[in-house]
Amino acid sequence: MTPARVLPLLLAACVAAAGAATHKVTLLVRADDARLARDRVERAYLGHPGGAAADGLDVALKEAQFELDAAGTAMTLERTAVADAAAARDATARAQKAGHVAVVADLPADWLLAAADAAPLLPLLNVGDAADRLREKDCRAGLLHLLPSERMRADALAQMLVSRRWSQLLLLVGSSAADAERAAVAQAAIGRYGLKIVARKPFKLSADPRERDLANPALLTSAAGGSYDVVWVVDSDGEFARSLPYRTALPRPVVGDAGLVALAWHAQFERFGAPQVSRRFARSAGRPMVAHDWAAWMAGKALVAAAVAAPKGNAAAFARALTTLDLDGSKGVGMAFRSWDGQLRQPLLLTDGQGVVALAPADGVLHPKNNLDTLGADAPEKLCRMKP
Amino acid sequence: MKTPHSLVLALGACTLLAVTHAGAQGVAYVSSEKDHALSVVDLKSMTVTGTVPTCKRPRHLQLTPDGKQMVVACAESNAADVIDLATRQSVRKLPLGDDPEAFDLSPDGKTLYVSNEDEGELTMIDFASGKVLRTVKVGKEPEGVKVSPDGKTVWVTSEVASLVHVIDTATGKVSHNVKVGKRPRRFALTPDGTQLWVTNELGASVSVLSTKDYSVLATIRLDVKGVRDGDVTPVGVTMTRDGKRAFVALGRANHVAFVDVATRAVTHTVLVGKRAWHVALDKSESRLLVCNGLSDDLTFVDVPAAKALKTVAVGRVPYMALIVE
Repeated sequence: MTPARVLPLLLAACVAAAGAATHKVTLLVRADDARLARDRVERAYLGHPGGAAADGLDVALKEAQFELDAAGTAMTLERTAVADAAAARDATARAQKAGHVAVVADLPADWLLAAADAAPLLPLLNVGDAADRLREKDCRAGLLHLLPSERMRADALAQMLVSRRWSQLLLLVGSSAADAERAAVAQAAIGRYGLKIVARKPFKLSADPRERDLANPALLTSAAGGSYDVVWVVDSDGEFARSLPYRTALPRPVVGDAGLVALAWHAQFERFGAPQVSRRFARSAGRPMVAHDWAAWMAGKALVAAAVAAPKGNAAAFARALTTLDLDGSKGVGMAFRSWDGQLRQPLLLTDGQGVVALAPADGVLHPKNNLDTLGADAPEKLCRMKP
Repeated sequence: MKTPHSLVLALGACTLLAVTHAGAQGVAYVSSEKDHALSVVDLKSMTVTGTVPTCKRPRHLQLTPDGKQMVVACAESNAADVIDLATRQSVRKLPLGDDPEAFDLSPDGKTLYVSNEDEGELTMIDFASGKVLRTVKVGKEPEGVKVSPDGKTVWVTSEVASLVHVIDTATGKVSHNVKVGKRPRRFALTPDGTQLWVTNELGASVSVLSTKDYSVLATIRLDVKGVRDGDVTPVGVTMTRDGKRAFVALGRANHVAFVDVATRAVTHTVLVGKRAWHVALDKSESRLLVCNGLSDDLTFVDVPAAKALKTVAVGRVPYMALIVE
């Protein structure tokens, strides 16, 4: 390193040491994350995480260096792995005590709620759970959601089907509790957009000949119960859904958890500077950027934007900026957290895994204030009592 | 089979010849990001008269100060193609570093300043030899580049950092980082050199900076009747030679705005194509050419009447038009 390059670095170090302007942030992840086991990650099911949440945050903080320096502020990230809800609660309480301005969490819903209750006013950025109850009956004042909710994803798909006039649906639902919850969300979206369910059938992963009615794609999709335009499959696990496209009895597209899937991001998105973001991520993390990575990256972008708006390190000013700023996430529009449930409003990408087929909101779907609010719970529904 | 075929070919050759002669004056070259080619558009007939193959993913186009050559920055080739205007042939390639986007030439034509999107750098290149003179770290996704008329300063926008970097060309030092609106894109300079206009793509605005002290003199909101703020995404900007009027392409609002420079008020908005991206004025300043990135076409706007005259299909994902008269 030449002397000329060392000097500014030293100066920067002095400034950082002297000023109280360093924003400290905690990242909470689950210890021994089953979603990130090698055999799960290798499957690369659409809508599932592709690796650690830290990967996206790292890229966001690294690329913000110039902006943070220019604003005379800085941001540090402390990573903590927690094994249960109690550990998540304790880690959040510790973070607040240590003067951290926010916690980013890639945790299951119940752990997330324990963390939120440990520090009710501390911004808690959810980058890993799409459950609607976190935005509705179990919402919390400080909770902010970067990942789109299941309802937003279902609305995006429903809009796409309406715009194609593919209105007759065969709904296939898995047997897990998550599947039941997500199927209810899908059915509500299907109802909102006036689509029709021709038949709803449970499926099961099985090779048992006695259960073939539940397991065989051709039998499950037979037209005996009436013809349909599309198969909508709800499969939180992913294995069955992946086996469905091109194995249906009728030549019909599959949507939902395979075939065409509504996601926050896809590495093949070509517009609005997205390829640069995907490329920076791939270079840094050594893998393609998936929707969960976008959520983590976006959490970093939001924190940086708030730090630049409130560079002095005042926690209240920081939290205010975070919840009101219009954010840039390389999806072509400014995005902000909805005041009524803390969800980041955002366009969604409809992808078959190879490219981006369409964007939601679909053309022609309108909203009195912001078309992005046609995706997910809207203000008049008042589903979250913890928010004004 | 053979006769009609050769006839067509011969006719084609005649047309091409005619184009090279008549087309030396009064054309626009339009870069198409997905065609690796430039469309040649005749200004008088408002038709596409030919294409010029070039390097991969061509974007920014600019003339050398002598007006004899056109420099094409190609993002996927990591190079510029230097095209001789008389022959429309490539005469040489100039390496530009990783993922070059926009560039500007020093007034003497000796130095080229290019933004490298991936690296977050401004690279200064000796135009004759292609030697890298210096690289300057800037915010991520640098975009617009403009050199001051005296050649002493170069301005660069960073889309990610929402900053305008002010860089001394002699030392490569960043003297100012000016916070502007979200996702700043392109520049226009008033002819007296005192005001630097910067479009903010996600700010639905133009920031007006003083080139004396880099204070923000004004932020001009660009409203289009019946269009929501979020759909107003300004990118391209240009000004008349007398500095009285500016023209801003409003992106997904599918309009261009005419702005009175003195009062900083929008006087007219004109409907053009989808995602209006870049604007260029012809010499008489009576025609404005607008590249529409999402409808793959180019709109001719009659400036005095503030009306779109004609929209012609060009290559896929047109980036900008360079007018040569």
